[in-house]
Amino acid sequence: MDITFLLNGESVELRNVSPTATLLDWLRDTRGLTGTKEGCNEGDCGACTVMVTDARGARALNACILFLPQLDGCAVRTVEGISAPDGTLHPVQQAMIDHHGSQCGFCTPGFVVSMAVAHLNGDTGHDDALAGNLCRCTGYAPIIRAAQAATDQPVPAWIKDTPPASLVQKYPSGGLGGRQPPSGAAPETLDDLATAYAARPDATLIAGATDVGLWVTKSLLDLDDVIFLNRCTELQQIEESDDTLRIGAGVTMDRVLHAVKDLHPSYAEMIRRYGSAQVRAAATIGGNIANGSPIGDNPPALIALGATLHLRAGDHRRDMALEEFFIAYGRQDRAKGEFVEAVTIPRHAPGLKVYKLSKRFDQDISAVCGAFNISVENGTVANARIAFGGMAATPKRATAVETALTGAEWSEKTVRGAMAQMAGDFTPLSDMRASADYRLRAAQNMLLRYWHEDQGTPSNVLEVSA
Amino acid sequence: MSVSKPLPHDAARLHVTGQARYVDDIPMPQNTLHLAFGLSTIAAGRISSINLDDVRAAPGVVRVWEAKDLPSDCDCSPSNHDEPMLSGATIQYLGQPVFLVAATSHLAARKAARLAQITYGERDAILTIDDAMAANSRFEDGPRVWEKGDAGEAIDTAPRRISGVIEMGGQEHFYLEGQSAMALPQEGGDVVVHSSTQHPTEIQHKVAHALHLPMHGVRVETRRMGGGFGGKESQGNALAIACAVVASATGRPAKMRYDRDDDFMITGKRHDFRIEYRVGFDDQGVISGIEFEHYTRCGWAQDLSLPVADRAMLHADNAYHLPHVRIESHRLKTNTQSATAFRGFGGPQGMLGMERVMDHIAHDLGLDPVAVRRANYYSAEVEGGAAPVASGDSPGGISDKKKQGEDLTSRGAQQVTAAGAPVVADAEQTTPYGQVVEDFILHEMTDRVLEGADYEARRAAVADWNAGNAVIKKGLAFTPVKFGISFTLTHLNQAGALVHVYQDGSIHMNHGGTEMGQGLFQKVAQVAADRFGVPLERVKITATDTAKVPNTSATAASSGSDLNGMAVKAACDTIRDRMANHLASLHQCNTRDVVFADGTVTVQGETYSFAKVAQLTYEARISLSATGFYRTPKLSWDRIKGQGRPFLYFAYGAAISEVAVDTLTGEYRILRTDILHDAGSSLNPALDIGQVEGGFVQGAGWLTTEELVWDQSGRLRTHAPSTYKIPACSDRPDVFNVALWEGANREDTIYRSKAVGEPPFMLGMSVFLALSDAVAACGSGYPALDAPATPERVLAAIERVRDGV
Repeated sequence: MDITFLLNGESVELRNVSPTATLLDWLRDTRGLTGTKEGCNEGDCGACTVMVTDARGARALNACILFLPQLDGCAVRTVEGISAPDGTLHPVQQAMIDHHGSQCGFCTPGFVVSMAVAHLNGDTGHDDALAGNLCRCTGYAPIIRAAQAATDQPVPAWIKDTPPASLVQKYPSGGLGGRQPPSGAAPETLDDLATAYAARPDATLIAGATDVGLWVTKSLLDLDDVIFLNRCTELQQIEESDDTLRIGAGVTMDRVLHAVKDLHPSYAEMIRRYGSAQVRAAATIGGNIANGSPIGDNPPALIALGATLHLRAGDHRRDMALEEFFIAYGRQDRAKGEFVEAVTIPRHAPGLKVYKLSKRFDQDISAVCGAFNISVENGTVANARIAFGGMAATPKRATAVETALTGAEWSEKTVRGAMAQMAGDFTPLSDMRASADYRLRAAQNMLLRYWHEDQGTPSNVLEVSA
Repeated sequence: MSVSKPLPHDAARLHVTGQARYVDDIPMPQNTLHLAFGLSTIAAGRISSINLDDVRAAPGVVRVWEAKDLPSDCDCSPSNHDEPMLSGATIQYLGQPVFLVAATSHLAARKAARLAQITYGERDAILTIDDAMAANSRFEDGPRVWEKGDAGEAIDTAPRRISGVIEMGGQEHFYLEGQSAMALPQEGGDVVVHSSTQHPTEIQHKVAHALHLPMHGVRVETRRMGGGFGGKESQGNALAIACAVVASATGRPAKMRYDRDDDFMITGKRHDFRIEYRVGFDDQGVISGIEFEHYTRCGWAQDLSLPVADRAMLHADNAYHLPHVRIESHRLKTNTQSATAFRGFGGPQGMLGMERVMDHIAHDLGLDPVAVRRANYYSAEVEGGAAPVASGDSPGGISDKKKQGEDLTSRGAQQVTAAGAPVVADAEQTTPYGQVVEDFILHEMTDRVLEGADYEARRAAVADWNAGNAVIKKGLAFTPVKFGISFTLTHLNQAGALVHVYQDGSIHMNHGGTEMGQGLFQKVAQVAADRFGVPLERVKITATDTAKVPNTSATAASSGSDLNGMAVKAACDTIRDRMANHLASLHQCNTRDVVFADGTVTVQGETYSFAKVAQLTYEARISLSATGFYRTPKLSWDRIKGQGRPFLYFAYGAAISEVAVDTLTGEYRILRTDILHDAGSSLNPALDIGQVEGGFVQGAGWLTTEELVWDQSGRLRTHAPSTYKIPACSDRPDVFNVALWEGANREDTIYRSKAVGEPPFMLGMSVFLALSDAVAACGSGYPALDAPATPERVLAAIERVRDGV
C-alpha cells in the first residue's frame, strides 16, 4: 500500500508498505529513530507510545501494534519530536528532569509522549492518562509530580500538528506516482466496505489492531489480505435518539467512554479501567464484540443493557440481541462476508452496575466482569438482566439468577437466594487469572455488592481514603 | 560541594528526549546478523529427534546451530558450570534454548525459530517444592543448617508456642529493556561485546571461555541498562555468548534481544520460598527460641541459588534478637527456569518469614504488632566503635579449590576463604550467625515514623472503621528493615577505578560499576567533582569497559556506590595529591596548603583555575592519570558454619502502610504509606528517595499482584505484561510520604553514606501485613496469608478467618 503522513512535522510518503509493518519497527529499523522503545510488543507497557493526530485530535497510541497503513493522513510525533526543533524542551520533559521522573530511562520516552498528549489536551487525570505506561524503577510518584508540575505550563506551539491530506485526498487520481491503491484496502464508505468484504470474505478486518496486532507481533502470522477500517468514517458515528444510542462499530472505546459517561456512569467507570489510554484510543467497540472473546469487557455490559447488534453483509442487514451473537467459544453468529456495523443501547438504565475484577485495577484483563441491570418497583424486582464475562466460553447471561430475582421482594434474603443460583448458570474454568472456585464466589458476591451499594453501604475500595 | 546535593540523574536529559542509547539502539553495520533461540516445549526429558530443515530454509536464515555445532559447551553458568547455552539432548525446563538461529532480521530469526520439528521422550518433571523434596532433588548434599544456642529446648520450655507456614511466590524482574547483547568481530579473532549487563567482567569471562580466548581477547562495554534489578547479573550471559559465537563463526556482527515472551520463558526470576516456623515466646511476645525451615525452589541450574539461599538465612532475624535459633535451608532443583538474583537476593524472603512470625505472635497474644516487634528489637547502637574482629585477608587455598573455568568474580563462585567466629563480648547481641549488631538505630527510627504517621490515632480510626463497615475493611501495619551490606562472598568486596585529568582540566571518570537507573554514575561523579573541587560538568561519565577497569564485581548487593565511590575517590586523590605536590613545590610551601575548591586551586593567596593547574602539572611531566582501588574492611565469613562478620554494616528502614480490602472479592488498595529510610549521609538525597519510592512499590508488587503461574506441564502461563501484572501508576499509595533518616554511617564508607539499592524493597512488606491486618478484622482466626496476596488469596484468607481457622 502507498501512504502519506507527517512525522515530527515532516511529510513522509511511503510506497508498497507491507500492510502489517508496524510503526515501531519502521521507526527504529528504517528511520533510525530509536527513542521509541520496544518493551513488550503487545501494547501493554507503553514504552513505544507515540502521539498521533487526526481529524479527531491528538491521541497516544502504542506504536508496536500500530500498522503503517493506519497512519495514512495522520500526523505522528515521536519522543524525538516532543522537544522543539531547536532542542528546547517541552514542559513535561523539563518537569521530568526537575522531579527525578526517570531512572533507567527506558520507559521514559513513552511516558513523555503520553504526558505531552495529556498536556496538549488539557487532561489532568494523570493516573488514567499514564495507566498504560509501566515503569519498574520509580514507583511512579515522581512521574506524577512531574505531570502535575507541567500542567500549568502553556502548550508549546511546535507540538500542535495539523493532520495532512490522506493519499486519496492528495492524489485523487491514484496513489503515489499515479498508482492506484489496491481496491478496497481502506474503504472510505460503508457501501465500499460491504462490497469489498463480500468479495473477499477471508480478508482480515483491521480497525484499531489492538488484537490483530498481536496476531502479527506474537503469533507471527502473515496476513495476506487485509481491509483497514480507519478511513470509513460512516462506521465511526454515534447516533442519538430520545431512547437509544447507536454506536458505530468503528467508534473507539475512548469515545464510547465519553458518550456513556453521564448516561451509564458505572459502565463508563469500567471502560476507564478497560485497557489504557493508548488502547482505548485504538480499540473499537465493534472489534471487541466481533472477536468474540469470552473475557471481553464490553459484551457483559452491553448484554445487561439489552443491546441490539447490527450486522451487514453486502446489502443485507440484520439485527439481533447481542447475547445471541455469541454461540460458542470462538464461534459467533456471523456469516462469511458479514461484519458488525453498529450496536444500539438504551439511554436509560439507572439500575446498571458493571463490576470488573482483575488482579490489578488498571489495564488488566478481567478474571470476571459482571454487569447487573436490575430495576426495582414497589420493593419488588421488576426486571433483571445480568451478564458475565470470564465465567463461560462466551459472554453469557445468568438466567437462573435473573429468574430467582425477577418478581421477588428486593431484600438481602432474595439476593442471597439468587446468588446460590449462580452455580446453575456457570461452570467457570481455572486459569492463570483465577481459579474456578474464586470466579464463582466472586460472581456471586458481585450481586451482594450490588445489594450493599443499593443500600448505601460503602462497597468500593476505590472510594475509600486513609 | 557536589556531594549530598539532590542533582538529577546524569542522563535525565537524554532519557526525556529519547537520545539515551541502549544496546538495541546502537547503529549496526548493514551485514549484522540477528539471533533467536528455539525453545524446548517440554519441561523434562530427552530429544528423540530433531529436524531443523524448515528452520534453515526459512527466509533470511543464514545459519543454525545445535549444541553439537558450537565451539565449546558455551557454558553460561555463573557458578557450577551446569548451564550449556544450548540444551543438547537433555531438556531441563520448558523454554530451554535448544538451537540458535542467525538471520538477516530479528523478525526473520523469530519466525524461523518456530519451524523446528522436535520429538521428545518426556519424563515426569519435578516442578514444585513438594516434588523436589519427594525426589530429594537438590543442590548441595543436604540442607544447610545454622544454629545458635538450643532452639528446640528454648521453644519447648517457653510459656507459649506457635507454628505455621508461609508460601511466597517468585517475581519476574520485568526490566523494561529486555535482555540484549551484540558482538563485533575484531582482527585476530578478538571480539568486542556490548551487553545489557550488571556484570561486564562475567560476560567477558564467559565469552572468553566459550571461544577459547584469553580474557584479553574480549572487551565488554556497557553504557547503561534499561533496568536490571538482579536480572542482568547472570542472565545476559547466554545472549552475549551467542552473539560472540556467531560473530566469530561468520565474521559478521551479531545482535540478539529476547522478545518479551522469550525473556519470561528463558530467564530466571526471584526464588519462590516456603518457610515453616516454630517459635517459643512469653506473654509479651518476647521470643526465646525459633526454628525456621526454608524451602527454596532454585530451578534447573545452580546459578546464584546458594548465596541467595544463604542471604535468606542471613535475614531470618530481620531486626530481632533471637537468643536461640535454628535455620535449615533446602536448595531444591526443579525443572523450571533457573531462579536468580533479584533485588534483595533472598533477603526479602528470609525477612518476610520473620515478619510473618511477628504478626502471628501479635495475633496470638492480642497485642499491637508494633509492641511485639519493639520488644524483640536488637539493643540500641553501641557507642564507641566496633568490637575487633578477625581480618578477612587470610590467603585461602585458591588453586586447590578453584573449579575449572570458574569465574571468581561471580557471586556463584565458591567461598575459598574461611574464618573463625569473631570474638564477642558476653553482653553484646549477635545475629544468628554471630555478627555483633553495633549500629542498630531502629528504636529511634520507629519512634519517628510512628509519630510522623500518627500511628496510634490511625490504629484507633481503623478499628472504628472496621466496627462500622461490613464490606470494606481497613488494615494498618508497621514493618522494619535491617539489611546487611556487603557481598557475602568476601573477595567480591573490591572495586577499581580509572581517572584521567586532561590538560584542559576536564576529567574522565571510569569505574567497574554499571548504570541501570539507580544513578550510580551521578553519585560517583559527584564524589569525583568534590575531590577536585570542580563543578560536576567537568567530570565526564563514561561507559563501563572491561579494558579500562578489570576484574570487577557485579553491580549488585547494593554495593555500587560504596565500592566504586571509594575506588574513584582513591584515584582522584592520587592525582590531586600529585597536582598539589607540584604546586607546593612551585610555591615552596606545604602540600596541605594547596586548596581545591569552587573550580579553582588556591595556594599562598594565589588562585589558579583548575585547568591551569592541570596544564602546569602536565608540563612538569607528572602523570594526570591514576587507578584507584578499594576493598571493604572488617569482613570475615564462613558460609558453611554460618559464622562471622559477612557485613560491614546494616542499612535500616521503617514503613507504615494502610490498606482497604473489599471483603466480597478480595480487591484492595494501598491508602497511605509512610517511610523513613536510612541512607546514612546521603550522597544524593533525590536519587536515594527515588530508590526508596521505587523499591517500595516493587516490593509491594512482589507481595500483591505479581503472580507467576506455571501449569502442570511446567509451562509458565504468565509470560507477558498482559498476564503478569507489575504495579501500574494508580497502584502506588494514595498518600505516599518518604523521608530519609538523617544520620551518618558509623562505618567509614564513602562520605559516610549507606547503600540504598536493595533495602527499601523490603519496606513493601508493610503492605502485605496491612492486608493481613485487614483480613484479621473479618473473624477470629489468623489470616496466614500467602504471597503474592492476589485478590483471590485475600478472599480465601477472609473466608478462613471467618471460619475461625
